[in-house]
Amino acid sequence: MIFGIPVQALMGQLLVGLINGSFYALLSLGLAIIFGLLRVINFAHGAQYMLGAFAALLLLNWGGINYWLALILAPLIVGLMAAVVEKTMLSRLYKLDHLYGLLFTFGLALAIEGTFRYFFGASGKPYAPPAQLTGAVNLGFMFLPIYRGWVVIASLAVCIAVWLLIEKTKLGAYLRAATENPVLVQAFGVNVPLLLTLTYALGAGLAGFAGVLAAPVYQVSPLMGSNLIIIVFAVVVVGGMGSILGAIVTGYLLGVVEGLTKVFYPEASNIVIFVIMAIVLILRPAGLFGKDA
Amino acid sequence: MAAKSETVASEDHVTAHPRAGQVQLVLVALALAGLLVAPMFLYPIFLMKLLAFALFASAFNLLLGYTGLLSFGHATFFGGAAYFTAHAVKVWGWSPEAGILLGVAGAALLGLVMGAIAIRRQGIYFAMITLALSQMFFFFCLQAPFTHGEDGIQSVPRGHLFGLIDLNRPMNMYYFVLAVFVLGLLIIRRFVNSPFGMILKSIRENEQRAISLGYSVQRYKLGAFVMSAALAGLAGGVKALIFQFATLTDVTWQMSGEVILMTLLGGIGTLLGPIVGAGLVVTLQNYLATSDFPVTIITGVVFMVCVLLFRRGLVGEFFATKIGRRLGFRAES
Repeated sequence: MIFGIPVQALMGQLLVGLINGSFYALLSLGLAIIFGLLRVINFAHGAQYMLGAFAALLLLNWGGINYWLALILAPLIVGLMAAVVEKTMLSRLYKLDHLYGLLFTFGLALAIEGTFRYFFGASGKPYAPPAQLTGAVNLGFMFLPIYRGWVVIASLAVCIAVWLLIEKTKLGAYLRAATENPVLVQAFGVNVPLLLTLTYALGAGLAGFAGVLAAPVYQVSPLMGSNLIIIVFAVVVVGGMGSILGAIVTGYLLGVVEGLTKVFYPEASNIVIFVIMAIVLILRPAGLFGKDA
Repeated sequence: MAAKSETVASEDHVTAHPRAGQVQLVLVALALAGLLVAPMFLYPIFLMKLLAFALFASAFNLLLGYTGLLSFGHATFFGGAAYFTAHAVKVWGWSPEAGILLGVAGAALLGLVMGAIAIRRQGIYFAMITLALSQMFFFFCLQAPFTHGEDGIQSVPRGHLFGLIDLNRPMNMYYFVLAVFVLGLLIIRRFVNSPFGMILKSIRENEQRAISLGYSVQRYKLGAFVMSAALAGLAGGVKALIFQFATLTDVTWQMSGEVILMTLLGGIGTLLGPIVGAGLVVTLQNYLATSDFPVTIITGVVFMVCVLLFRRGLVGEFFATKIGRRLGFRAES
């Protein structure tokens, strides 16, 4: 017993929080990367997460393609679709007020979610975890379902990989330079429009990856991303959009806080992240890791 | 917002016709006459819904069009006021006018709190923060006992206006809603053309400059936010009486998106635009209500088309044409 709460329940909710946090981290990472370079708040991020989950489900049902392959293919599919959208439509809006990008991607999200609802219905569809990851292990103080442990590890690994890609590679250096001054980078002979397309595809691909990871945990449904995206917006505001690492850390942190709230004060668990956002805005408007005021 | 990115095309200097002012007056009078006789030909509930949403969109436009702040949380004020009015009228037995006033006051208070937090950041952050705070309010409404969760507050009595006029008679209710609508628009028009409104426009055009001129921009922004919230609340309170219920639908983020669409489609920063936009969206929903084709697909596509192709909106585009300018209309005043 800790604070009158059974250890089992506490650990259970902590794990749920860590899993939610994994998705918050993956999604806010993608949002932060896209915003950093494109200055677009990608409202379609939740829809792209849903597309990833649906891609995995449809690959399985129509093509018999298993989870592991879907984990690679689905993000590629989502990324490719995003690249087409960026090239044909989104790229026309960069010169305008940034709010138009938000409004455009909002419309895109509505259209995608509406279409999937029309063809697949609003109800959730189950997606079985792969055989290698079923079952649970006894950790002594609790039973850990293996798939849930995998979600945390996989998302952490991908977050670190993306962080390394941006901080330590040449491509990442171009990306960071273009974030600072796109005109100058273009003058040095770097193909900035291509970089923008790749960045949007990368961010959307990350959302798609999160969707595949989420498919066995939550059910696959057309609206699975629409409420999540608003929480992720709050996470991004709390973290401050300037820092990639900040987005990741804040994602996990707020997931865990939400999980703990479920144990100690369940009524507030839906709103705790928004309350934290309001407090952070009052005390530190730039966000926990933000530089721009 | 529209002004920052593109100014009204006036290269070829079409000047307004000398009697354009009188023509405009005639047009307004015709529109008003049309609204007065409309319930003889069209279903009153539909017309009232249209007026309520037109007022809601106009209130929203006060913020977006004239101050340049994109709120993604206006459903909070619209739906919140609907709850307050419905509760006051049904549970406390208040008269309809008192119930609506409570809704307006409640919405203004919510606007004060949300605005005070959200104006700490600008632009895109402002939009995200209002969205997150309104989602918080949604969860509050989902759990608070007085809203009755998924059921909402049902069978709200319309009562007697000032204890005299029976609002249960559709025609009485219609003319009451029309009066509120006209009153709301007059307030907005007065507000926009007041010195306060001028300062708001200067903030929209160049916030740094307004600060350097000595205006405390934050207070003006907050004032505009509260005003917009209160008027959205007026629309929400009236809506609760029209449909005689208040539900969670009105506080969802989809509702906040809908009012943005109405304004964008009609024309940001024009007095007429939000009204036309609301009319189109409500009519569209009415036609699609019976089919199983999801409205969101159309809504989403219209959003994308508007942003990509005609950011001035239908009314804004018309104002920018030769005929529009000859009639003395301007998208930005």
